[in-house]
Amino acid sequence: MVQLNLPANSKVEKGQYYKDKTGSKNIRKVNVYRWDPSTNENPRLDTYEVDMDNCSSKVLDILNKIKNEIDPSIAYRRSCAHGVCGSCAMNMNGKNGLACTKSHSELNGDIDIYPLPHLKVLKDLIGDLSTLYKQYESVEPWLKTSKVNDKENIQTKEDRAKLDGLYECIMCACCSTSCPSYWWNGEKYLGPAVLLQAYRWIIDSRDEDRKERLKKVADELKLYRCHTILNCTNACPKGLNPAKAIAEIKKMLATA
Amino acid sequence: MSAYKIIDHEYDVVVLGAGGSGLRAAVGLSEAGLKTACVSKVFPTRSHTSAAQGGISAALGNMGEDDWRWHMYDTVKGADWLGDQDSIEYLCKEAPAAVLELEKYGVPFSRTDDGKIYQRPFGGMTKNYGNETVQRTCAAADRTGHAILHTLYGQALKHNTEFFIEYFALDLIMKDGACKGIIAWNLNDGTIHRFKSHTTIIATGGYGKVYYSATSAHTCTGDGNAMALRAGLPLQDMEFVQFHPTGIYGHGTLISEGVRGEGGYLVNSKGERFMERYAPKAKDLASRDVVSRSIAVEINEGRGIGKEQDHVHLHIDHLDPKVIDERLPGISEASKLFANVDVTKEPIPVVPTVHYNMGGIPTNYKAEVLTLNGSEKTVPGLMAIGEAACVSVHGANRLGSNSLIDLVVFGRAAAKRAAELVKPGMKHDEIDKNETDRCLDRFDKLRNSEGSNPTSELRLSMQKTMQSKCAVFRTEKTLKEGVDEIRRPYDGMDSLSVKDKSLIFNTDLVETLEFDNLIRQAITTMDSAYHRKESRGAHAREDFPKRDDENYMQHTLSWCNGSKTKINYRPVHRSTLTNDVQYFPPQERVY
Repeated sequence: MVQLNLPANSKVEKGQYYKDKTGSKNIRKVNVYRWDPSTNENPRLDTYEVDMDNCSSKVLDILNKIKNEIDPSIAYRRSCAHGVCGSCAMNMNGKNGLACTKSHSELNGDIDIYPLPHLKVLKDLIGDLSTLYKQYESVEPWLKTSKVNDKENIQTKEDRAKLDGLYECIMCACCSTSCPSYWWNGEKYLGPAVLLQAYRWIIDSRDEDRKERLKKVADELKLYRCHTILNCTNACPKGLNPAKAIAEIKKMLATA
Repeated sequence: MSAYKIIDHEYDVVVLGAGGSGLRAAVGLSEAGLKTACVSKVFPTRSHTSAAQGGISAALGNMGEDDWRWHMYDTVKGADWLGDQDSIEYLCKEAPAAVLELEKYGVPFSRTDDGKIYQRPFGGMTKNYGNETVQRTCAAADRTGHAILHTLYGQALKHNTEFFIEYFALDLIMKDGACKGIIAWNLNDGTIHRFKSHTTIIATGGYGKVYYSATSAHTCTGDGNAMALRAGLPLQDMEFVQFHPTGIYGHGTLISEGVRGEGGYLVNSKGERFMERYAPKAKDLASRDVVSRSIAVEINEGRGIGKEQDHVHLHIDHLDPKVIDERLPGISEASKLFANVDVTKEPIPVVPTVHYNMGGIPTNYKAEVLTLNGSEKTVPGLMAIGEAACVSVHGANRLGSNSLIDLVVFGRAAAKRAAELVKPGMKHDEIDKNETDRCLDRFDKLRNSEGSNPTSELRLSMQKTMQSKCAVFRTEKTLKEGVDEIRRPYDGMDSLSVKDKSLIFNTDLVETLEFDNLIRQAITTMDSAYHRKESRGAHAREDFPKRDDENYMQHTLSWCNGSKTKINYRPVHRSTLTNDVQYFPPQERVY
């Protein structure tokens, strides 16, 4: 009989329960994934009772309230607080998103907050994105042009419009970490976030390296692990469509 | 105190911070063949440059005649004559080439009908020395900062810049008045790193988080400024804090000035376009300090909107939805998310919100850090750029879209100057053990704080004091109270509580170190404001409503040791860099 073993630290245990101390009548239970690498303990799910009468509208406001008023040890990334820096991507009630733009009123029942799925966890809600960053680097995200004059490149409004829906990506990784193909082959499949960026440079009319760029991604694993599940497009907090960008790359390769 | 394992590095140059200016410097340094480390507490594209919306100024003349001298005049006037005109000349003259360079790097600028970079009108930007509005602000829709930041990160990758990401810098290493590098804490694995460098470039951004309501990110804590203070160096013009006229009411999210550039306008509770009264010529496109003060007066005089009559409305519902969609898509999104407003149908509720620090580490136009020792002196081995620096090109009030251009022009200047001063592979000095210990003692003491005051409480107390005592309008009374009150959260650190003692991603400790940085800047800001008894740019004293060029055409310098400050002044540079342009003598400032 085959023995299947879960990796160390995969079992999430019941954690601490922080009872409300404000006497609020409007309490919401918030369950947060906790893991501290400096202990040998398994991860746990801590529960916080949060006074919603004195909490602003977003999930990030809840986390800030917990950190400021209940438990300063909780760790998560956050910066701009309005959806442009991509720091606070996490999984809320089973769906990836940005804590700073997700309204808690849109979530039903108790709120469960986990790190982005299938990343190595560094601590609590902080996931390791270093693989994704290396993959981003591999698509050479810079303009390649041989022009050396001191004038700007001319680009028509129509050509510029082709970059809309692509350049706005904030690299939060909500899409890639919602993609089953990326879960299984994350080391080799580039995933939706990086392929969207690859397409952003492929389709830029100013770039002279289109053929090479296409050739580089035309790979069984790098590109064709996309099985059009479309979780990526569903997950993108900026309303972008990585699945379409991937389809466009495949189309360009098929018709080249 | 040597219980911490220290990992040593040697670099020709260390850049601290990976926003627009830090990345631009890093690219230039790598191009020059210098071994460069770029150290940042966040991944580069998370930096707050990504939040800049409206655009980047440069007299390209793509949308009608323009001249860098007009841009210079506007900047001098916007600065209320507190800017150094040699630096302003450099900024405006270099601006067009710097923007064209960004375009060559791949920034997806919006385009004109003939395919050139699109430029929009912005506050205070005029034609022919103040005569009429000019279109000078180059834009990538309303996501210009985001587009520039991501592009610059790509360039840094292209040039193989070595990044140290999620490293929190603790202090500068100083020796005989010169900077020899930095010490940083690696959040990923808890190790301490000592970077020796011949030049250290501080590019750590502003410190908006000393205030309660700011458009700034959580991470805008001016860490480099505080490191300079702890190294015994002064900060300059800290009293000049820009309130952006249009932060979303109740949330603080920025609504770009580009909205007014594209035709948006402000109204009070009477439905009146009140800016016509305060700035008959420029109206809603007067400079930011003027518009913010006008809104504050409207609210103070009872013409604010809402139950509390505490905000005003910004209209763009008269604009063609196609224009909004093409040029202001991010604004539509933010208004929906944070004010639940459909901008094509309803006005956006807005209020002046802390946005930018004109003050910072004093530098010359080559980005070399200055101090005062009898007269102006440069600090060997140390440079500062971006919002952390006070060059000073923004003087008492920055014009919108002059910040992004400041980042790239002076980021480039710093790289050029460093390449003149440092030759690849030069030998490094030994670091005095005391210098490392001094830094780690502070770190260890904060980490092991077992008192009763949580960092979040002290921070809130500081923020509330700054918000109420050092606001748009200031008086002797509020500032005097502020000077006393702002020291309470500092003293509260005597009994600080830090619960998390670990070293890997200990964000409790990160926030405590950030607070320790913020409070020193809050104190210098308050004290500098108290000592400037005139009104100039963003510093509006109700008891001294006039500008006083005789006594205060000077930069404030403030040193801070513990909670004790020392205030001194240095004259504003009253000459240009070259004969390409004449000095603009002070005039009355009307829009």
